[in-house]
Amino acid sequence: MSTEKVMNLDGRNVSFQQGETVLEVARREETFVPTLCWDERLDPYGSCRLCVVEVEGRRIPASSCTLEAEEGMVVRTDSEKLRRMQATLVEMVLSENPGDECPRCRDIGTCEVHELAEQFDVGRERFLGDISNASKEDSNPFLLRDYDRCISCYRCVRICAEVEGDYAITMTGRGWNKGIATAFGGPLMGSECTLCGQCIYTCPTGALADKKMVGQGSIPGKVEETRSICPYCGTGCSINLHARDGKMIGVTPALDGPVNEGALCVKGQFGFDFVNSDDRLTMPLVRKDGQLTPVSWDEALDYTAQRFKSIRAEHGPKAFYAIASGRAPGEGAYMLQKFTRAVMNSNQVDNCSRA
Amino acid sequence: MSNSIPEIEDCPMMLCVGTNMTECHPIIALRVKKAVRKGAKLFVVDPRKIPLAELADGHLQIQLGSDVALFNAMAKVIIDEDLHDKEYVEQRTEGFEELKKHLESFTLEYAEKISGVPKELIRECAIEYGSAERAGIYYTLGITEHICGVSNVQSLCNLALITGNLGKRSAGVNPLRGQNNIQGAGDAGALPNNYPGFQDVTSAESRKKFEKAWGVPLDPDKGITKIAALDHAVDGRIKAMWICGENTLVTDPDVKHTTKALESLDFFVVQDMFLTDTAQKAHVVFPAAAFTEVDGFFTNSDRRIQRIRKASDPPGEAKPDWWIIAEVAKRMESGVHFDYDSSSEVFDELASVSPIYAGLDYDRIDSGELHWPVPDHDHPGTPVLHEGVFLNGKGKLQLLDYVPPSENPDDEYPFYLTTGRRLPTYHTNTMTGRSEGFRILVPNEWLEIHPRDAEKLGFEDGDWARISSRRGDVTTRVAITRTSPSGTVFMSFAFPEETLTNNITNPDVDPITETPEFKVAAVAVERIEAPAGFSAEPALQADPAIEDPRDG
Ligand code: SF4
Ligand code: SF4
Ligand code: SF4
Ligand code: FES
Repeated sequence: MSTEKVMNLDGRNVSFQQGETVLEVARREETFVPTLCWDERLDPYGSCRLCVVEVEGRRIPASSCTLEAEEGMVVRTDSEKLRRMQATLVEMVLSENPGDECPRCRDIGTCEVHELAEQFDVGRERFLGDISNASKEDSNPFLLRDYDRCISCYRCVRICAEVEGDYAITMTGRGWNKGIATAFGGPLMGSECTLCGQCIYTCPTGALADKKMVGQGSIPGKVEETRSICPYCGTGCSINLHARDGKMIGVTPALDGPVNEGALCVKGQFGFDFVNSDDRLTMPLVRKDGQLTPVSWDEALDYTAQRFKSIRAEHGPKAFYAIASGRAPGEGAYMLQKFTRAVMNSNQVDNCSRA
Repeated sequence: MSNSIPEIEDCPMMLCVGTNMTECHPIIALRVKKAVRKGAKLFVVDPRKIPLAELADGHLQIQLGSDVALFNAMAKVIIDEDLHDKEYVEQRTEGFEELKKHLESFTLEYAEKISGVPKELIRECAIEYGSAERAGIYYTLGITEHICGVSNVQSLCNLALITGNLGKRSAGVNPLRGQNNIQGAGDAGALPNNYPGFQDVTSAESRKKFEKAWGVPLDPDKGITKIAALDHAVDGRIKAMWICGENTLVTDPDVKHTTKALESLDFFVVQDMFLTDTAQKAHVVFPAAAFTEVDGFFTNSDRRIQRIRKASDPPGEAKPDWWIIAEVAKRMESGVHFDYDSSSEVFDELASVSPIYAGLDYDRIDSGELHWPVPDHDHPGTPVLHEGVFLNGKGKLQLLDYVPPSENPDDEYPFYLTTGRRLPTYHTNTMTGRSEGFRILVPNEWLEIHPRDAEKLGFEDGDWARISSRRGDVTTRVAITRTSPSGTVFMSFAFPEETLTNNITNPDVDPITETPEFKVAAVAVERIEAPAGFSAEPALQADPAIEDPRDG
């Protein structure tokens, strides 16, 4: 028995699996449906209503992110009426999120709200109410929180609970406005929060921002994104490295990372800027008169090879020992053991797993 | 790991041993939390009240180093209660009758006496483990950093073997690696007894294969371990050393000994991103590029081979590790091939000599979906090891005895010291210490001590203490928490410039792996005045004290 079923999406018959939502079917079919409270890593929530679609036989449009696809269902995603509703919703949200002072706009990329504003071609004037712009300062070193921009989509609360399993923040039930709080209302530090930063990267507005990235968006130059792996523990989480002009500016989680599926811990998220540290070594050093002295590569390499040669000649292959890094890429470990075995002629090599 | 990380969330019974997972492997811990939400059982075996224990159905708070006694007793319960997998034992293991006989003396009463865990709890844990359809064991250094590290691991393997939990999904015996590429370094052959792909250097067949591949005769004797190498440096048998990316001076136990070893060398080369304490002892220091500045691979705990890619430029003239080593090699004029244009050529050569990587190249590891072994280019990878059959025939059940830690508290040194890692720090902090924000999170080292012991010694939170062992002493602040049991104190080793924890740890090693017993040392603790310039203030961000009614 097949679980393949068929529904009609914007006049086309498309197949789906039992249990899929209409939004999931639409995304797979590359049909544009705007969303705000939806995140592929989270259970659907259905609070923003931006993902509305028309379903034949139903009087009012339904949120597609919570609507399960059914056999024979006939759905429209692109009617005039839907687009008008969506534009209004975006406009309302935008009024909470002016572009000028928003920390996220000076961050890399743009936030989902401003992306939607562009797509729907709406400005923020119509609903512009009182915006205090009062950033709520928090002593934690990584997260900037400004809940005046919060649209109560709960994505931060949900990612903290569903993805990170930390349950560090909740909504304080004061209506539409402003209200994500730590469990005891205090600052994030000292709470259950592990400062993993994942609430930032799900927040669709400027309510949460990465302190390390603030200001980066206003610097000219293209930001390149490169897929890589976290350099800390043996879990192997996938990350995206953001760099401009050859310099690292930030890290974001890779949503399709096979191990982490878009989650990261504080080290993977924020522990990258050692690479930009001022005290990185930039030149080979050779000890001369007791002092480590910068020299050219040629000098350092020639000297090293000559010393290894003479020690092998005088004391034999086993007088040499090499220790490979358990942190650096594996190609280096391969080279070091090949060097030890094929050039120094012994098996005097190990890595740092024992200590 | 015998099984892959994503499988954990479908595991119905998890036994987490000596792993402070929420701090050391937070993203693996997420899968454990998910499994618990789906209704899985979780038992935690750890001397400390780690956060994971709060989620557990049972916390077996064992005495340091008593693992073998505990797991042997569990195996005995499983067999006595007839919960073992008879078919699996018959077909895939050997030595069952001998094991059964050997376990006779490992009664619950005996295990309770040695481990300090109530016998009802040991029994409950054994029965849950033995009767689960699939059960997974997860462990880290808490198990291996002991003089009996190998026995500890084997006692866990016995449990998995008698219950048929090796070779199926969401089960297995799973060491979680502390460093991103420690698995990859071993896979690539940086081991004294193995060529790449864990091929034995003492086997004539493997040797011939590598002699052919590299075109030179090779040494038939295995090398010594790094720990032994430091001894050989002290006694003059080793004259030259090349260390890549490790701050050996602060990561190894007994700093005085390590310092002496490195200072005895005629020629010492260090390759690193920073002028570490270790590098300062070197004759030549090569500037290494960081992970964001090179192409390469990391192999994680679950044998998944993943690509890292160059995103930024190295500072000054820093270079990739493989390039530096190849350049030295070329200048040795050995005639061995070291002419590589890129890291991908190096990887291809590794794949050509290592059967477990044979089916790999940069294209195939592009999305990071494959777990080794990947024997050929059409092979889908091996997320679950030992399915159907073990590589070396049958799984041998081991007869293991309990060996007490090499150092135990006495009148002079009345406390156990155990060491570990705190979430926002990493090893010796060369990386996190230089990343903005981490210093604020964990500004300094501290000693965790139980309220009962603190009271006896007259400590208030934030007071300063001198901690001494037979090897030396250190000073640090004190945080009073119930995380460790009374009689055991805890420190990390992330702040070598201020508190060189490994001045006092125990250098005795497991006779097989030569892994030092970092997890247990006997120490004395005394209150001292705050050093000049420091006030007594509570140590920041100590583990949240978990209330325990038993402590009164
Ligand atoms: S940083 Fe992580 S733990 Fe803290 S509130 Fe955000 S998602 Fe939760
Ligand atoms: S802070 Fe951001 S993610 Fe959280 S509810 Fe507000 S808008 Fe949504
Ligand atoms: S993000 Fe955290 S859990 Fe993931 S690999 Fe990095 S350190 Fe490990
Ligand atoms: S995305 Fe569906 S209701 Fe928000």
